Amino acid sequence: MIFDKMSGRWSVALAGLSSMLMASSVQAEFALNMTEGVTPISRDIYWLHMLVFWICVVIGLIVFAVMAWSIVYHRKSKGAVASNFHESTVVEILWTVGPLLILIAIAIPATGILLDMEDAKTNADINLQVTGIQWKWKYTYVDEDISFISSLAQSSRDVIKDPTGKENYLLEVDNPVVLPINKKIRFLFHSADVIHAWWVPEFAVKQDVVPGFINDSWAIIEEPGIYRGQCAELCGKDHGFMPIVVHAVSQEEYAQWIAEKKSEAAAVAALADQEFSMQDLLATGEKVYQANCMACHGATGAGIPGAFPAMTGNSIVTGDIIEHTNVVMNGRAGTAMAAYKGQLSDVDLAAVITFERNSLGNSMGDLVQPSAIKNAR
Amino acid sequence: MYSETTHEDVHDEHDHHGPAKGLTRWITTTNHKDIGTLYLWLSFIMLLFGGSMAMVIRAELFQPGLQFVDPHFFNQMTTMHGLVMVFGAIMPAFVGLANWLIPMMIGAPDMALPRMNNWSFWILPFAFTMLSSTMFMEGGAPAFGWTFYAPLSTTFAPDSTDFFIFAVHLMGISSVMGAINIIATILNMRAPGMTMMKMPLFVWTWLITAYLLIAVMPVLAGAVTMMLTDRHFGTSFFDAAGGGDPVMFQHIFWFFGHPEVYIMILPAFGIISAIIPTFARKRLFGYSSMVYATASIAILSFMVWAHHMFTVGMPVQGELYFMYATILISIPTGVKIFNWVTTMWRGSMTFETPMLWALGFIVMFTIGGLSGLMLGVAPVDTQYHDTYFVVAHFHYVLVTGALYSIIAAFYYWVPKWTGHMYDEKLGKIHFWWSTIAVNVLFFPQHFLGLAGMPRRIPDYSLQFAEFNMISSLGGFAFGLAQIFFLYIVIKTIKGGKKATDQVWEGAIGLEFEQLSSPPPYHSFTTAPDVR
Repeated sequence: MIFDKMSGRWSVALAGLSSMLMASSVQAEFALNMTEGVTPISRDIYWLHMLVFWICVVIGLIVFAVMAWSIVYHRKSKGAVASNFHESTVVEILWTVGPLLILIAIAIPATGILLDMEDAKTNADINLQVTGIQWKWKYTYVDEDISFISSLAQSSRDVIKDPTGKENYLLEVDNPVVLPINKKIRFLFHSADVIHAWWVPEFAVKQDVVPGFINDSWAIIEEPGIYRGQCAELCGKDHGFMPIVVHAVSQEEYAQWIAEKKSEAAAVAALADQEFSMQDLLATGEKVYQANCMACHGATGAGIPGAFPAMTGNSIVTGDIIEHTNVVMNGRAGTAMAAYKGQLSDVDLAAVITFERNSLGNSMGDLVQPSAIKNAR
Repeated sequence: MYSETTHEDVHDEHDHHGPAKGLTRWITTTNHKDIGTLYLWLSFIMLLFGGSMAMVIRAELFQPGLQFVDPHFFNQMTTMHGLVMVFGAIMPAFVGLANWLIPMMIGAPDMALPRMNNWSFWILPFAFTMLSSTMFMEGGAPAFGWTFYAPLSTTFAPDSTDFFIFAVHLMGISSVMGAINIIATILNMRAPGMTMMKMPLFVWTWLITAYLLIAVMPVLAGAVTMMLTDRHFGTSFFDAAGGGDPVMFQHIFWFFGHPEVYIMILPAFGIISAIIPTFARKRLFGYSSMVYATASIAILSFMVWAHHMFTVGMPVQGELYFMYATILISIPTGVKIFNWVTTMWRGSMTFETPMLWALGFIVMFTIGGLSGLMLGVAPVDTQYHDTYFVVAHFHYVLVTGALYSIIAAFYYWVPKWTGHMYDEKLGKIHFWWSTIAVNVLFFPQHFLGLAGMPRRIPDYSLQFAEFNMISSLGGFAFGLAQIFFLYIVIKTIKGGKKATDQVWEGAIGLEFEQLSSPPPYHSFTTAPDVR
């Protein structure tokens, strides 16, 4: 069976290579080259990439051709006798100045593109704040007061042992970012913990997301569509599992989506004033735990000794409920424990704290209501 | 010790110029050849150790999905693979070659500081034992990449990081001592008439490399010390919450890291510059321009470090400067390649195993150099940075570059060292097997990177599946080829056709012209006159 699968892969590989030889348009299924992308900058970069690539190919071929010629014709077995020359200032100057001119030819367009890329500030239509969090992204629409967390979709997590045939495996999220086309979007990058990098190849935006800094970058998306990317800077255990999905839509669809998001947010906020039963909190809490806490503290709460503390029998989890709430909301300075105040709603926070105290081998019997979280903010 | 020995004892020692017997010989040795051998064996063991971690990585990446290891362990593997290969395999191999060859090449009896030589070697096994022991500790080994960017390596790191820090300190001490020894030897112990501009290029490139080591290993030591105090003593060098700066870590690291790249390639240039003329039976073209090119590369290497950080959010002026400075390095590097190719031009070439490895080096190092030029162009680097394109680039430079030169050096000088010729047929099989495998392994990674696969991920989306599988197959084949190499090495040491003193028809240099194969225990007891 393994061999069936392999021969399948090999035939795809061969088909891909042969189609590469025949046509230059081998896309999506079997990509060989950089994407041209859908923004002005990505097209410029693609053009420059191809320019430098062909220059390198030509230089390489010249060097290899001269080598090959010597190897074929200047070999002892063909009776070649070594000549004696071993110095030539003229030649040395030529192959110093020649490459210098080529470098200048590359540097001039490169400088122009770099200066363009840098100009994120002028005439930005939309400011999108992107926060990197181990191991998910938080998006804040600065002008709209909308904010949400986007993490790897459950359907990818479910097939992690054998993703055969899974479309967009590891490149799908629960809450995609929605952006309008033909508007200048300024991204503002910031990290809540370690360094991440937000990368969408079709936008040619790859920017490190650094704690203590706000970096920016920009894009004008010229075609509607769904664009996918990944974190590009090693950020710990689940670095490979924090994808990015952007839906680029028309201005009208964008406005409609904004309105929906706002009413959703209002509904969630209203929930905070309700009383919840232990059962409801545990059910919600389990989901929140799996999405936010499990990566470090483990599915059963065992943690990873030496790296991440266990939840089971943990002194904070089985201690004072106010202190427990405080740690979950505000994090612990100087450790990997993040502050979840800005990431989770009142209901989710109440649920996960209740879940931790009454599951994962703990049985404290007490619960915290969303209203208490709201007051603690 | 000498004050307590009798005249007879001293006399006795003089009569026995050979080594002591048994294990003590290797522990107490101050002989440059013994120490060179120790370095080379350590490096080989580390190559296989780091290689076995690469096999784990390639096995996990063979198919999409998580089959063998969990992501945390995968990160430990990539981290340890990088550290072991850089500090354990490549660097000690070059120091081993320097120990064996420099005294013989410049007409000296031994290294200038033999006891320090012993110490600088014997630190290393302890350093690597300590580093490896972290894999068995709670929380696992360091899992933040060999570049150990803060704050992932400080606030967010496993407890074992402190052992990593101490191990890096030890490696640094060893390297600096080794470098001091090499400089002292080259500057003080040359035979009469061996002027600087007569030295073989291997000696020149190592002299320059040794200065690079002394300049940058303390910077690395500083970086890990700041990590240590951030972790335990309440400082905030790299912690933004305490007023520190995580980007500063990267500046410090790459101020070490970029010259480090040249530490791993300059001695390779020296080796290739020795092998190509021998088998082309023609003098090296442009000797003095080779020396100047090496020196320019070394100086430029201090001025380009932030090209590893084009996406970190530097001011645009900084990015422009680092782009210009970086692409400039391709000029002296190009000069070297052009010189080697011109040396071959109208030569009288034969293709024994060392020559094959050297030619493989030139072709594949050129590929790695050209992809390096592409990476140096800052706006395009936005798309290449931290993808498999980078992985392909630096493996072409370090595996088919540095490692290939080390293997070439082994085949070239081992008949001189042991007095035995290696098995030519096996050597050629080793070359072709490795070269096909290594290209199957690394060439597809260019495509993976361009198509958008980030580096350091344990699992990937399905469109990357085919090339990853091909790459893994190449990886397993390349790994096996080095086990085969181990067999060749042992076979050659145990016996083989007797090598002549000159070994190769076209070989020049003191070690081939004035010493027997194998050479006496103390190479030159009286200095040869090369005026």
